[in-house]
Amino acid sequence: MNEEIRQKIIDDGLRPLRQGMGWKGIVWVLFLLAIMAVAAFAYGQQVRQGLVVTGMNDIYSWGIYIALFVFLVAVSLVGAIFSSILKLTNFEFRRPLTRIAELIAVGAILFAAVAIIADMGRPERLWQVFASGRLQSPIIWDVLVVNTYLVIGLLLLYVPMIPDLAYCRDQLQDIPKWKKKLYRVLALNWQDTPRQKALLHRAEKFLIILVIPVAVAIHTVTSWLFAVTHRPGWDSTAFGAYFVSGAFVAGVACVIVAMFVLRKAYGYHRYLTDKHFDYSGKLLVLLSLVYLYFNISEFLVPAYKMSEKKGALLEMLFIGEYSLVFWGAIVVGIILPALVPIFKKGRTPGVLTVLAVAVVIAHWAKRFAVVMPPMGNTLSPVQIVPSDWHVYNPTWEEIAVTAGIMAGALLAITVMARIFPVLPIRDISQGRFEETDEKDEQGRQAFELMVEQHGRQDHE
Amino acid sequence: MSSEKLSNCEQSCGGSGHGGGSKDEKGRSRRDFLRYGAMAGAAAMVGLTTGCGDMEEPSAGGGDHSHESSSPRTVRLYNEDGQLVEVKAEAICHTADPVTDNEELRRGVEGMSFVMVIDLARCRNARRCVEDCQKAHGLRPDQEYLRVNKMGDVDDRLSHNYWMPQLCFQCDNPPCTKVCPVDATFKRGDGIVAIDNEKCIGCRFCMAACPYNARVFNWNEPLGSEESMEYSPETSLPKKKGTVDKCDFCPDMVRAGKLPHCVPACPNGVIYFGDRNQDVVTNGNQVERLSTLLQERGGYRFLESLGTRPRVYYLPARNKQFPFERGLENYEEAREFMEEYRLERRPSDHGSSESEGGEQ
Repeated sequence: MNEEIRQKIIDDGLRPLRQGMGWKGIVWVLFLLAIMAVAAFAYGQQVRQGLVVTGMNDIYSWGIYIALFVFLVAVSLVGAIFSSILKLTNFEFRRPLTRIAELIAVGAILFAAVAIIADMGRPERLWQVFASGRLQSPIIWDVLVVNTYLVIGLLLLYVPMIPDLAYCRDQLQDIPKWKKKLYRVLALNWQDTPRQKALLHRAEKFLIILVIPVAVAIHTVTSWLFAVTHRPGWDSTAFGAYFVSGAFVAGVACVIVAMFVLRKAYGYHRYLTDKHFDYSGKLLVLLSLVYLYFNISEFLVPAYKMSEKKGALLEMLFIGEYSLVFWGAIVVGIILPALVPIFKKGRTPGVLTVLAVAVVIAHWAKRFAVVMPPMGNTLSPVQIVPSDWHVYNPTWEEIAVTAGIMAGALLAITVMARIFPVLPIRDISQGRFEETDEKDEQGRQAFELMVEQHGRQDHE
Repeated sequence: MSSEKLSNCEQSCGGSGHGGGSKDEKGRSRRDFLRYGAMAGAAAMVGLTTGCGDMEEPSAGGGDHSHESSSPRTVRLYNEDGQLVEVKAEAICHTADPVTDNEELRRGVEGMSFVMVIDLARCRNARRCVEDCQKAHGLRPDQEYLRVNKMGDVDDRLSHNYWMPQLCFQCDNPPCTKVCPVDATFKRGDGIVAIDNEKCIGCRFCMAACPYNARVFNWNEPLGSEESMEYSPETSLPKKKGTVDKCDFCPDMVRAGKLPHCVPACPNGVIYFGDRNQDVVTNGNQVERLSTLLQERGGYRFLESLGTRPRVYYLPARNKQFPFERGLENYEEAREFMEEYRLERRPSDHGSSESEGGEQ
C-alpha cells in the first residue's frame, strides 16, 4: 500500500477529531442530556420516597432495571465478537468495525453497572459488596466478571489504539491544549519501532484470546442470577448458552446501527462499505439461527410436557398477558433477522439498518419477557395483595431512569467517538503488510481498489 | 445467651441438680417442664417454651427451686426425678435484656432448633395470626409476613378446599441466604433465617430466590419507624426503607422465652411452635411431641420436592373442625380491604413530593 493511500486513511480517520460537532451532533448530545436530566429527577424521587415510585412490588420484585442490566450486558458482548472472534477466524470485514464494537462494549458495560445501582434499595451501601461480599453469591460472581470484562474491554479498546493516538499526537495541530496533552500521554511515546510493534502485537494477541472466556462468563453469570433460583422459566441448565447466543444477536444489531450512523455522520462510506453491511447481515443470520435453536429448546421441550407451574408460565407467554411481548420478541428479534438478510436486498445498508433497529428493540422486549413473567408465576399462592400486583406496569420514574441510563451509555459512546478515532487507522492501513497470507493479500487488493474507486467518486 | 446461662436456667427452672449435663439431660429436663406446661396453663407455657429464655439472675430462684415459695405467684413443675415442685413465677419468666451484640444474634439461641407445625384441620381463616403479626411488627397492610392461602378450587366439586397459613419456612437449605451478596440474611444456629437490615443493600435477590414469596420489601418509608429505637436484627426494628423483611419466628420473643406472636393469637390453636432438639411443640394450650404429632397426623412440608427442607410442617386438613366456607367471608373481606388500601395509597405512589413518606 503506498504512502499516499495510507496518509489518506490517516486523514480520514482524524478528520472528525479536527471538525466541530456540527448542529446535528449538538442536538443529539442535548437530547441525550435532556433525557438524563429527567432521569436524574426521577431517580431523586426514587431515592427520597423509596422504590415505591417504581411499578415493582413483592411479587414483581425485579423490574425493568434488571431487564436493562441484562440487555446492556448482552450488548457489551459484541466487543468480543468483532475484536476477537472475527479476528481469530480471519474475517477481514471486521477491521473497520472493531473500534465501534469496543466503544459500544465499554459504554454498555459501564452503564450496566449503573443499572444495578439504580435497582438497589440502599445504593449508599454499595461499598458493602466490596467490603464484605460473599463469594457464594452469584451477584459477587457478576461483580467480579463485569469488572474484569470492563478492564479487558478498556484495554482492548486502548491497546490497539496506541498507534492511532500517536497519529493524533503527531498530526492534529489546531486542537485544544488538553487534547494535545491527552494524546501525548495516551500514545505512550509510540514511535512505530519494531520493538514497539512486536510488543503491541503480543499484547493484542493476549487480549483477544483472554476476552473470549471472560465475555462468555459475564453473560453466563448474568443468566445464573436467574437460573440459580427455583422459579419455573428461570430454572434452566441451558440458560447460560441461551443468554450468550441472544447477546450476540443484540450486539451485532447494535453494531449495524452504529455503523450506519457513523458512516452518515463522518462520511465514512469508503471504509464502512455496502460490503460490510452485507457481511454483517450474513453474520446476523447465522447468530439468529443459533439463538433460534436455543429458544426452541427452551420453550418447545417444556411446552411438550406442560408441567404444572412451567405450563402456567408458558400459557402466560404463548397466549396470556405477555404473549404480545413474547411473540413480538421472537418474530422481530429472531425470525426476521434469520430470514430477511438471507436475501441480497435484505443486506443493503438501509434495509439492514431498519431491521437492526427493530432487532435491538425486540431484544429489549425479549429481556423483559425473560425477567418478568416468571416473577408473576409464583410457586406459592400469593392471594391477599392489591390486585394490581399481579401485573407489572413500570411507572414513568422507572422508565425515565431506564431511558436515562441508556442515554448515558449512548453519550459515553458519542463522547469517546469524538475524542478518539473510530476507525482503527493502523489496523486498516498498516495491518495488511504485517500479515501476508494469501487471503489477506486478496483482501488488500480489493481494499486498495475500493479506496481508489471511492477516491475517484470524491473527485467527480 | 451463653451456654452457661442456659444451664443455670435449667437448674433453676427444671430443678436439675447437675448443671452442664449432657445434651440428652438438658433436653429431658426441658421436656419435662414443657410437658408440665399443659397443666399449668398458657401463662406458664409461654415462659417455658425456650427453656426459660435468658435468666438474668439465676440466684434469684437458682438455689431454691424445690422449696415452697412464699411468693404469691408460684408455678409447679416436674423436676428431673419426676417430682412436682413449685418455683417462683418470676424465676421462670424473666424477660431477657435485648441482646445487642451482632455476632451473638447471628449465632441464635444456643442449643435450640426451632420448628413450627401448622394444623390445617383446625384453621378456619380467622386471620387473627395475621392481624397480631402485622401489629407486632408494625407492618403495612400489604406487607404480610404471614398470609393465609385459600387452597383448592371452590368451583371444582372434587377439589379439596382448606385454609393454609404460610410464613417463612426458615428452610434448612435456604435459597435466600445462599444468594445474598453481603451476608445480610443468614441462617442462625437455632435454625432461624434472619435479616440484618443494617447490612441489606436492597438488591432483592433473596426475594427472587425464595420459592415461597415469604419475603417483603420496604418499598417506602416503613410505618412507625422510631429513630430513637436501637436497632436489633432480632426485633427487626426500626425497619428501614429499601431493605428486605420477613417472618423470623420472632427471635426476640423466643429468646425471652415467649411464643412468636402468631401462635397465641390463633383462637383455634392451629400453630404449634417448639424445639426439634427436644422434640416438642406447643400451641400455647397443648404440648405435643413433635415426632409423634407428625407421625400420627401425616405431617408434610410444602413443596418438599424443591429440597429446601422447611422448618414448618403441615398437618393435613383431614377431619376439618370447621367447614371451609366459614373462612370465605374473612377472605373476601381481606381482599376488599387490600383493594381499598391500594386505592387509598395510589395517589401518593406516584411522585407527589409533598406526601409524607410514612403515610404511604
